[in-house]
Amino acid sequence: MAAASITSAPSPTYLYYRHALSVRIMHWTNFIALTILFMSGLHIFNAHSALYWGDSSYSGRPPLFEITARQRANGEPVGVTRVFGREFDTTGVLGVSKYANGEINQHAFPAWATIPGGYSLSMARDWHFFFAWIFVLNGVAYVFYSLFSRHLKRDLAPTGSELRQIGTSIVDHVKFKHPSGEEAKRYNVLQKLAYLSVIFVLLPLVILAGWAMSPWLNSLIPGWTDWLGGRQSARTIHFIVAWLLFLFLAVHVFEVIISGFWNHMRSMITGRYRIKTEA
Amino acid sequence: MRSAEESKRRFLLGAGGLSALLLTGCDRLSETEWFPKVLRTHETLSRSVHQLLGSRPSMAQEFTEADVSPFFRSNGTSMPEGEEYKALVKSGFANWQLEVGGLVEEPTRLSLAELRAMPRRTQITRHDCVEGWSAIGKWTGVPLSNVLALVKPRPKARYVVFHCADAMGGSLTPEYYYESIDMDDALHPQTILAYGLNGNDLPIPNGAPIRLRVERQLGYKHAKYVMRIELVESFANIAGGQGGYWEDNGYQWYAGI
Repeated sequence: MAAASITSAPSPTYLYYRHALSVRIMHWTNFIALTILFMSGLHIFNAHSALYWGDSSYSGRPPLFEITARQRANGEPVGVTRVFGREFDTTGVLGVSKYANGEINQHAFPAWATIPGGYSLSMARDWHFFFAWIFVLNGVAYVFYSLFSRHLKRDLAPTGSELRQIGTSIVDHVKFKHPSGEEAKRYNVLQKLAYLSVIFVLLPLVILAGWAMSPWLNSLIPGWTDWLGGRQSARTIHFIVAWLLFLFLAVHVFEVIISGFWNHMRSMITGRYRIKTEA
Repeated sequence: MRSAEESKRRFLLGAGGLSALLLTGCDRLSETEWFPKVLRTHETLSRSVHQLLGSRPSMAQEFTEADVSPFFRSNGTSMPEGEEYKALVKSGFANWQLEVGGLVEEPTRLSLAELRAMPRRTQITRHDCVEGWSAIGKWTGVPLSNVLALVKPRPKARYVVFHCADAMGGSLTPEYYYESIDMDDALHPQTILAYGLNGNDLPIPNGAPIRLRVERQLGYKHAKYVMRIELVESFANIAGGQGGYWEDNGYQWYAGI
């Protein structure tokens, strides 16, 4: 971008205050909490690396999804991932991987993806539940803030005209074309819809499915977990939504990188985003 | 566009470095004296909120015969070691007696036949293991509250401790399995000493002759092979002092989550 401004006439730029302090704090708190929740969650999954539908894991039906290890005839371990009965060799990453010291790790997810790295279910649960509290409290604070400060209405709710231009926005995204000038002060419509579905669909769902795994919370209103299909279904939903959130993070970071990485980083840290006024 | 390329390269390097830092950082923190204690505050927090939400005794979900798992998994010990337990099995637990003592007015010993003659409760419930799996079983047993009524707990009694026959961690330094629950759970209508599973005598892999069912908590609280029940004011002086075998090995005492 610097190169482009040298060839053309230097375009005047200014810093626009884009993100309020409270949003910035809650954004990074959420990022840290979700990262730790995801990685400690993968660790907890390693304690029983299979997913089922219904209430029981031993209903007579095979698991929907499973990561396991088996030995070859020559004794070599093979990492196996089974999805709806179809088997994939995932040696090196899933089922069989290596610890940093080169030793063979036969847990489902590799040590580099889990917190803690070395196997300790009790420690992983402590990490998970502590940061679950931080994540939930932060989330509640965010929802109240965005309602009362009108952040939700002003910055996140798409307008009718924006929704009508959703096709154009998709084409822009595919072409990696990003808004500039006044347009860059607002979130675009796809961005708004992505944020809204994460904040109001995926995050509440991952919390609810997490609660559904607690035997004590199950007893509060006996049978409420049937709404999610039962405890094992809830565990499966929790796992899938966690990966959807990971997918969101990947796309989010990708978009940040290709649309002016340092500008975005500055605006999420100091609040100020550089706007180029169009000639 | 060199600067953009450079930005991306630096970002990827940074992200890689950051995640490595996060991992080693988290692992280092896990090994400190203080940080696990900070993390563990979630236990008190969750337990307090749970108790606040459920002022009445909340009941675990009960299922129908059709829901019963065809196979009820045994985890941990499936056959306690030692001659003593072998002899009990040989006699069909005819000589087995449950000792109930500690902070009670009238300590007693109960045979399996005496327990079977007491009021019984049958419940089809879901067993949730800390590892993540679940299984549904039909349990029959005597409510713990009936047993406690016999021995008359003293007002100082705050916890009920279950001492078991299975030695963990090898026979050289046997650490016997044990568990503890508070009086709220002990007097809960679904808390039973189960001697039957799915209409049959409780199988050895599932804890014969009796195992505890404490339905609003995870599987490791449901002590198998129970030999002795002790009412105490504090479990700080029992074994590792954390209230149970797995608790002594780092697991949470409150397993409602």
